[in-house]
Amino acid sequence: MIKPVNQKAWWLVLPVILCVAFSAILPLMTVVNYSVQDIISPERRVFVGTEWFVAVLRDEELHGAMLRQFGYSLAVLVVEVPLGILLALAMPVDGWRASATLVLVALSLLIPWNVVGTIWQIFGRSDIGLLGAVLEALGTEYSYTGNPTHAWLTVLAMDVWHWTPLVALLCYAGLRAIPEAFYQAARIDGASRLAVFRYIQLPKLRGVLMIAVLLRFMDSFMIYTEPFVLTGGGPGNATTFLSQYLTQKAVGQFDLGPAAAFSLIYFLIILLFCFVLYNWMQRVGTSGTSAAGEQGAR
Amino acid sequence: MKEARWRSPFLIAYLVFALLPIYWMVNMSFRTNEDILSSFSVFPKHFTWANYAVILTDPAWYSGYVNSLIYVAINMVISVTVALPAAYAFSRYRFLGDRHVFFWLLTNRMTPPAIFLLPFFQLYSTVGLMDTHLAVALAHLVFNVPLAVWILEGFMSGIPREIDETAYIDGYTFPRFFLTIFLPLIKAGIGVTAFFCFMFSWVELLLARTLTSVDAKPIVATMTRTVSASGMDWAVLAAAGVLTIVPGAIVIWFIRHYIAKGFAMGRV
Repeated sequence: MIKPVNQKAWWLVLPVILCVAFSAILPLMTVVNYSVQDIISPERRVFVGTEWFVAVLRDEELHGAMLRQFGYSLAVLVVEVPLGILLALAMPVDGWRASATLVLVALSLLIPWNVVGTIWQIFGRSDIGLLGAVLEALGTEYSYTGNPTHAWLTVLAMDVWHWTPLVALLCYAGLRAIPEAFYQAARIDGASRLAVFRYIQLPKLRGVLMIAVLLRFMDSFMIYTEPFVLTGGGPGNATTFLSQYLTQKAVGQFDLGPAAAFSLIYFLIILLFCFVLYNWMQRVGTSGTSAAGEQGAR
Repeated sequence: MKEARWRSPFLIAYLVFALLPIYWMVNMSFRTNEDILSSFSVFPKHFTWANYAVILTDPAWYSGYVNSLIYVAINMVISVTVALPAAYAFSRYRFLGDRHVFFWLLTNRMTPPAIFLLPFFQLYSTVGLMDTHLAVALAHLVFNVPLAVWILEGFMSGIPREIDETAYIDGYTFPRFFLTIFLPLIKAGIGVTAFFCFMFSWVELLLARTLTSVDAKPIVATMTRTVSASGMDWAVLAAAGVLTIVPGAIVIWFIRHYIAKGFAMGRV
């Protein structure tokens, strides 16, 4: 399928561009502006070129935060994407059960992020919280404030609890959008459940999965509120991720220049990875899988 | 299709995992602070409505919910309305710079919001929108419009283009085809998009707090008052948390049919 060229389609896109540009372009230019200046006071600024960028890139603490961040985002994707797909497949298709499940699954998404952290703070305490008490009863010395591994796992569990519904809801709606004819064709061919998933459902989910993966990647890469409230980045710096480090710099030390340089580098990293993921998933989708999917459906 | 055996146990296990922390929040919201911090109990032993009374009798608290609902609704309507035609253009046509613009849209979600605070503050002060619902709604467009375009594009690309072509051959104009044939086909996508726009705008704290002070102060910002010098007011925060779930749950209850019945139930 080749899309026709039609320059008039720009008119359909224009409102979106106006809406986004109003709030996006000016702030981004301000940040670029800050990143190459030393702001001594609002009136006195010195152009420093790439000095902040070099300083930020050489920062040892930053390298640590960066590594932790990559490990964390990878773990988030590895757990949440398969779990979300399974959940979408397991959710009832119609009737009151479908409605009830939809609402229940979506609940965790609707809690403000600072409340999420606060709830888990109590929930995880071994003296007064359910999770902590249960783990304690099972014989583990569980403490998310004292043990770096426990802290990391708790932040991950919280993220899985909070965000898997996003993947699941997208996939669920994607699954519902598959025409019944596809399944009928598969039934006639005597396709196994696994084959139906591999050659019909998965290719049709490509679009929503791409969004889910990109969203989870960029949001987990910028995660701030939840770990900040839950662990404050500790113990030590076990759960200090990039954005918390950035905020310490920008707000704590009033280093507007380095903070701006830092956030541009930050932005470029996310951009690079999203670009790679996007192109990779597009290629996988348009060459192998969907062609096979079309065949499988016939 | 055959029912697979793993489904129900898996679903139940997940729901237990999903609901336990929420149950704990509900549990906390019916207890007093001393009770929460001093003893472990699965049920509230000294049941109290006091925390909800604090929120529902104080205008500073409940107006937060009203303000949030107003700007979230404005944002949701604008996001979905402008995203629909754009997503159609991206899914059906090629045009100059299409892939670049499509990807650029998403890059607006990739910047840590903390760094945008100062520029946003300056921008909205200049145009005189500070402390209005419109300011927050417009600011939230930055992350919701790209999201809406991407999700809708995904759903629209799943609809075979033969449907468009048949409609044009039958003499449908673009607006009529789009409103009467195409939109019903992607109901599921619109439902999900609307929900996600609602959700991301509803829970966003930093921008909403920065752009408002009194008249449009959102509930997420009001909540931060539970943290004070005398310590944390866990119980009231839990009650406020329970109440923040309610509007979203209602939204998803209303759009559940759009999500659950997609293309298969459509009119083709």
